[in-house]
Amino acid sequence: MSALKQRIDSLLIEPGCATNQAKSDKARKEGCKKPLTPGAAAGGCAFDGAKIALQPVVDVAHLVHGPIACEGNSWDSRHVYSSGAQTYRTGFTTDMAEFDVIYGGEKRLYRAIKEIIDKVNPPAIFVYQTCLPAMIGDDVEGVCRAASAKFGTPVIPVNAPGFAGSKNLGNKLGGEALLDHVVGTLEPEYTTACDINLIGEYNVVGELWQVKPLFDALGIRVLASFCGDARYRDIAGSHRAKAAIMLCSQALINIARKMQERYDIPFFEGSFYGIADMSDCLRKISALLVTKGAPADLPARAEALIAREEARAWARLEKYRARLAGKRVLLFTGGVKSWSVVSALQEVGMEIVGTSMRKSTQGDRAKVVEIMGTDAHMFDELPPREMYRMLKESQADVMLSGGRSQFVALKAKTPWVEINQERHHAYTGYDGVVNLVAEIDKALHNPIWSQVRQPAPWEQPEGWGAA
Amino acid sequence: MATIIPGRKACTTNPLKMSAPIGAALAFLGMDRALPLLHGSQGCTAFGLVLFVRHFRETIPLQTTAMNEVTTILGGLENIEQALLNIKKRANPALIGICSTGITEAKGDDVAGFLKLIRDKHPELAGTEVVYTSTPDFVGGFSDGWAKAVSAMVDALVPPTKVRTPWQVNILAGCHLTPGDIEEIRETVEAFGLTPIVLPDLSGSLDGHIPETFLPHTLGGTRLADVKRMGASAITIAIGEQMRPAAALLEKKAGVPFRVFERLTGLAACDAFIALLSDLSEQDVPLKYRRQRSQLQDAMLDGHFYFGEQKVAIAAEPDLLFALSHFFADMGATVSCAIAPQDAPVLARVAAETVRIGDLGDFEEHAAGCDLLVTHSHGRQAAARLGIPFWRAGLPTFDRLGVAHKVSVGYRGTRDLIFEVGNVFMEQLHAHEQHVTPASLRPDLHRAGPAPAVDAPARAGH
Repeated sequence: MSALKQRIDSLLIEPGCATNQAKSDKARKEGCKKPLTPGAAAGGCAFDGAKIALQPVVDVAHLVHGPIACEGNSWDSRHVYSSGAQTYRTGFTTDMAEFDVIYGGEKRLYRAIKEIIDKVNPPAIFVYQTCLPAMIGDDVEGVCRAASAKFGTPVIPVNAPGFAGSKNLGNKLGGEALLDHVVGTLEPEYTTACDINLIGEYNVVGELWQVKPLFDALGIRVLASFCGDARYRDIAGSHRAKAAIMLCSQALINIARKMQERYDIPFFEGSFYGIADMSDCLRKISALLVTKGAPADLPARAEALIAREEARAWARLEKYRARLAGKRVLLFTGGVKSWSVVSALQEVGMEIVGTSMRKSTQGDRAKVVEIMGTDAHMFDELPPREMYRMLKESQADVMLSGGRSQFVALKAKTPWVEINQERHHAYTGYDGVVNLVAEIDKALHNPIWSQVRQPAPWEQPEGWGAA
Repeated sequence: MATIIPGRKACTTNPLKMSAPIGAALAFLGMDRALPLLHGSQGCTAFGLVLFVRHFRETIPLQTTAMNEVTTILGGLENIEQALLNIKKRANPALIGICSTGITEAKGDDVAGFLKLIRDKHPELAGTEVVYTSTPDFVGGFSDGWAKAVSAMVDALVPPTKVRTPWQVNILAGCHLTPGDIEEIRETVEAFGLTPIVLPDLSGSLDGHIPETFLPHTLGGTRLADVKRMGASAITIAIGEQMRPAAALLEKKAGVPFRVFERLTGLAACDAFIALLSDLSEQDVPLKYRRQRSQLQDAMLDGHFYFGEQKVAIAAEPDLLFALSHFFADMGATVSCAIAPQDAPVLARVAAETVRIGDLGDFEEHAAGCDLLVTHSHGRQAAARLGIPFWRAGLPTFDRLGVAHKVSVGYRGTRDLIFEVGNVFMEQLHAHEQHVTPASLRPDLHRAGPAPAVDAPARAGH
């Protein structure tokens, strides 16, 4: 059995995963691998997932070892922000040609690493393995080891070829690369009693920055974020954190659990989406830090901050309540956003007519039931045809989803708000809820809807000219 | 003749190139009721899909055989079989276009052989054409994939015939043409009383219109019935050098003579096209086009002030690079940096001294000092760093609206292109005027010398 296969198998029976905990011993041994259906599959591959998880490390050069498809077709498409270095935005790839396939791509990869060090000299290089070199047997780990030794720059192999599985698996394989090669390799310049890690926050359109001031206000230092606006040094020294919050459902649960085991860093699962969830995070992290030696008044200060921020958010939401109350939302996203956003929208009186449970865990499902009081409106799959029918029949006033289904909504002449990784507005924290509601309000009340739904004069039932 | 400089780096930095399989997939997306299928891992499809969604702002039907590590090694027969059956059941398209990828080519899947077996085993697939094209990711790029898919369709779908329909004209459209370009070409051909069959026809499928109902395949494009009649056309007009092999194949199969137009942008190129249509149809050039020709001449007169001696850097797919380089050269500008993502015969004829096979890293390095940058949206980082005006051309253009409707062919398209680009130059001129001072014009003469002696104090007032 290959090392990659073993690694994948261990991730698929991840003991920290709530879904796995709920399974029988036998079912657990079988792992959670869902076979993809040829001709009816959607979604990214493991490489995509690894890149999503790791590319937010902003000062690192991200080098994709593969043919042009893997990087050439996909680079420069994610809106994760950096407060400094822009190295992560450069697309590096070995662009393997026929020659490399026949003779192996290892030499080319080694030369590519050298070129990057000569030109950019980043603190580290992450090398992403892809299907083709994995298939022809390129020893990416060996090349990375040799290059690290020769050039003195950490060259980190990320072994997540696309055909290993889904995007979610790729997130975890990316996490494994950090655990194996980065975490614990450097010491932070200093530590505090209130150092935390955020695991699974990618700083999409600056979402981390919308939350960080809240932690700053409490004197809680984000030692490392996995990996939003992260520096290589932050991740390398993250083992000194006192506690961690695991976000983005369980995409990087392996990081959270293994850091708890190896470095005694306790964690809990939280979400920055929604007022209640944000407050919950601040409460829990304060309490957790106190058990690790943070000042005893931290929870009280957190409560004061929560009271202040919640009041401010509610006051800002007030003007939308009348405009949005009773409006029906179709929510098509996965994982943590399902329940976080549901509660946020209910806070302004919107009605959820359906929510997707596509990428969600059992815990996510339970939370949605708890919030909505029923599972009647949850669906696992919503084929585009069905989605279109629902919208065309006006079963919802607005759809919230990722870019992929954007045009299903628009072609059905239904207002639509982007909620996945291509979004342009930050929805985290107290301000994020207000942003999301403002975006929904803006979409719903745009004057185009009544215009585009109007049939042409010659298509009016009463005939042309009758009006 | 441009000298071609091959790339020598091991590391591509900021790719200009996109893969051949998605080029082929886009060609299939120009077919009516079609669904392209990439034979590879699901990421290959997801990346292509997102790229096209961002560019066209449309739903993109695109499927995958969802290969994994094991099926790749064992061969993809079962995955292709399942994919075809699933697609037939769920979408029932008229055409499924299969494009191979890097892994399935490196493994050596005999897809043509697989298809024979699957066809025999599953009569329920009747009524759906399946066309296969071999597009390894590690050979060539986007336009190569497009060209291969068009040739594969001609090969598989056009039967030989002795019939000739004198008013029927085949148009083979290269991947550098927008839906708007194709619409313009079709209207022009029709204006001469001719009936065009455009292959592939993105103007039917990706022109951004609202269908009456949800369709799980393309919403328009070249109909199969029309492709099957292409052998009876009077002539094939291939637009872009990339379409030459498909045109030659059509001639070989059905005896249809062909003519390649390397570009339809620019006065002389448009004249040749219009003259051909007039000859074919034995009709005078309609007044409309005489008028448009005159408008283009006027646009050239008005615009040449702003183009003359400007230095332009272009990075684009070969045929687009060719067309744009000559457009700028025609207007008096110099293409001082030309980059293509992969080699192609047409590059030798690009209007530049050298053409580099390279990436946007090379573009950024060699475009310094130019007056205008021209490439797809990925050039935005380079443009920001260089501080040079940036005019977007090519796919993907994800940060501008209306890219499907941009027209740069024909008299009218060339006229509008002169205005659009000319305005960018004009804006620079105005920006420049704001900064002109005596010191900036002759810094060598403008030295802080001794102040002239004052001979009499100025008297205030009168």
